[in-house]
Amino acid sequence: MFKVFRLMATTLLLAATAAHAQLTVEITGAGANRIPVAIANFAGDGLLPQALTGVVRADLERSGLFKLVDPGTTPVPENAAIDLNQWKDRGADALALASILPAPGGRYEVRMRLYDIARQNKPDGMIFLFGASTVRETGHRIADFIHEKLTGERGVYSTRIAYVVKTGKSYELKVDDADGQNPRTALRSSEPIISPAWSPDGTRLAYVSFQAKKPIIYVHSLATGAQTVVANFKGSNSAPAWSPDGKRLAVVLTKDGSSQIYTINPDGSGLSRIAGSSTIDTEPQFSPDGQYLYFTSDRGGSPQIYRVAAAGGTAERVTFEGSYNVSPRLSPDGKMLAYVSRNGGRFQVTVMDLASRQIQILTDSSRDESPSFAPNSRIILYASEVGGRGVLSAVSSDGRVKQKLSGQAGGDVREPAWGPFNQP
Amino acid sequence: MQTSTSKIAIATLTLALLAGCSSSGPEQPAAPTESKTPVAPSGPSGTPVAPSDVSGKTMTPEEALMASLKDPNSPLSKRIIYFDYDSYAIKDSYASLISAHAKVLAANPKLKMLIQGNTDERGSREYNLALGQRRAEAVKRALMLLGVQEVQIESVSLGEEKPRMEGSDEAAYAENRRSEMLYSGEF
Repeated sequence: MFKVFRLMATTLLLAATAAHAQLTVEITGAGANRIPVAIANFAGDGLLPQALTGVVRADLERSGLFKLVDPGTTPVPENAAIDLNQWKDRGADALALASILPAPGGRYEVRMRLYDIARQNKPDGMIFLFGASTVRETGHRIADFIHEKLTGERGVYSTRIAYVVKTGKSYELKVDDADGQNPRTALRSSEPIISPAWSPDGTRLAYVSFQAKKPIIYVHSLATGAQTVVANFKGSNSAPAWSPDGKRLAVVLTKDGSSQIYTINPDGSGLSRIAGSSTIDTEPQFSPDGQYLYFTSDRGGSPQIYRVAAAGGTAERVTFEGSYNVSPRLSPDGKMLAYVSRNGGRFQVTVMDLASRQIQILTDSSRDESPSFAPNSRIILYASEVGGRGVLSAVSSDGRVKQKLSGQAGGDVREPAWGPFNQP
Repeated sequence: MQTSTSKIAIATLTLALLAGCSSSGPEQPAAPTESKTPVAPSGPSGTPVAPSDVSGKTMTPEEALMASLKDPNSPLSKRIIYFDYDSYAIKDSYASLISAHAKVLAANPKLKMLIQGNTDERGSREYNLALGQRRAEAVKRALMLLGVQEVQIESVSLGEEKPRMEGSDEAAYAENRRSEMLYSGEF
């Protein structure tokens, strides 16, 4: 009898996975000094259609920055009188308690209190009102709160990611929560989709689609699904990148021969050429202050990363080591440059500290592509390959924490782009 | 005579291309080699004579042209030019193929061609898109030097997105580093 139940449960889980095609996150390397934190079962969690406590715990654990301390099974309300020494003895540096109460209009209220045991600060608290359909979002916001209080940096649990899944001959552009648990299809096509890029306000995605049998740049409104052609010039149109103010896109066009960098308005007007060369210039990226465009060029004989003032001017070479350095991405704090370098035939995510120009290869894989910084600059999401299949992986920008995001069987996951803090 | 003139033109063109791209990486050959086994092109006429189709009806000149483009016995049915790794130099062995296509395009100014450049799967998708563009552009320029009007040709890139052969070995890589020529009605 027991066995039958277990089998049913397994089948049910599989069905759920297939229906939502979720990505599961597996930590393959963790930080050396994870903060031990106890998240006691939230009082009143049983009122909700989905347990809130579990969402918060999963978020913090997945980050690789926290170690969950066993809190026991008894729910503890946020206003309970507690003996912090007892939690300290269990090994917790921090303790989160919460209560969930019914609120008017079928909604709920969660009250959370966070004790920083190690630093003996006054407890922090927060209150959220939420509906039954936003349990996961609420959990992400609580995790963001705990993360920021304990590390001093913003968490990215509430942010979204975009990526492309290729299944057979079908391509789907997905928008998902950062934990890979809420995928929605923004676009489905029988032709390739590459290079998705989030608008700074998080409302639109620019990308390249081959649906018209050649690469054309579109901007896609996530609210309406409306698709606008940004660049459809003779030749190829590719590599869109938003300016920090969201008013311009850097794009690559070949209308005059080789791949060259231009800027254009998101509605397709106001085309302007930035840099001119007779060689390949591609993969432009604005620096977060909008002052520079970083890009890949083979003008020096091999593909290397250069930068040029966004207003135009003389390009300056940025990478020098090795014969293949491509796909530049600036960290949102402007301090680091992530890119893919080829090392002995392996393609690996590499990061350069822009002040010292020191570089560090962050991965031990060999087919890395398309790095993308989390908006807090602490994690780099990238495409990699395991067993001949495209997967997404993530590495902390110091190289210590490594994660693998695995999708359902049969799909090739690629072209990740991490969205901004801004939520529409 | 016609044939050898074309060959000289292509050889010169290849030299020019190589000189122009001499900085494009160590994988590229340092100098072009002589075409060791020149294949005499069967010399498709620029103005094909309308053959009769099986039903006995006479084809229009356009239909006849399209038929000749697809005729497996015609060099015009060969549409693929392969490239070395990280290179967009056209090998000398393609001289006769390119001259055959140049002749038919030059003689039929209304005929359009789409050239799609492609790469193998290694490395950045966007950089590969740019490299594929170079491969398409190299073929376009070779055709233009043989008298084809620029307005007749669009060169685009499909990067690594449309492999001819799936797989991650050298055989697949070599099959996928290519430019393909498509005529009006085929794209």
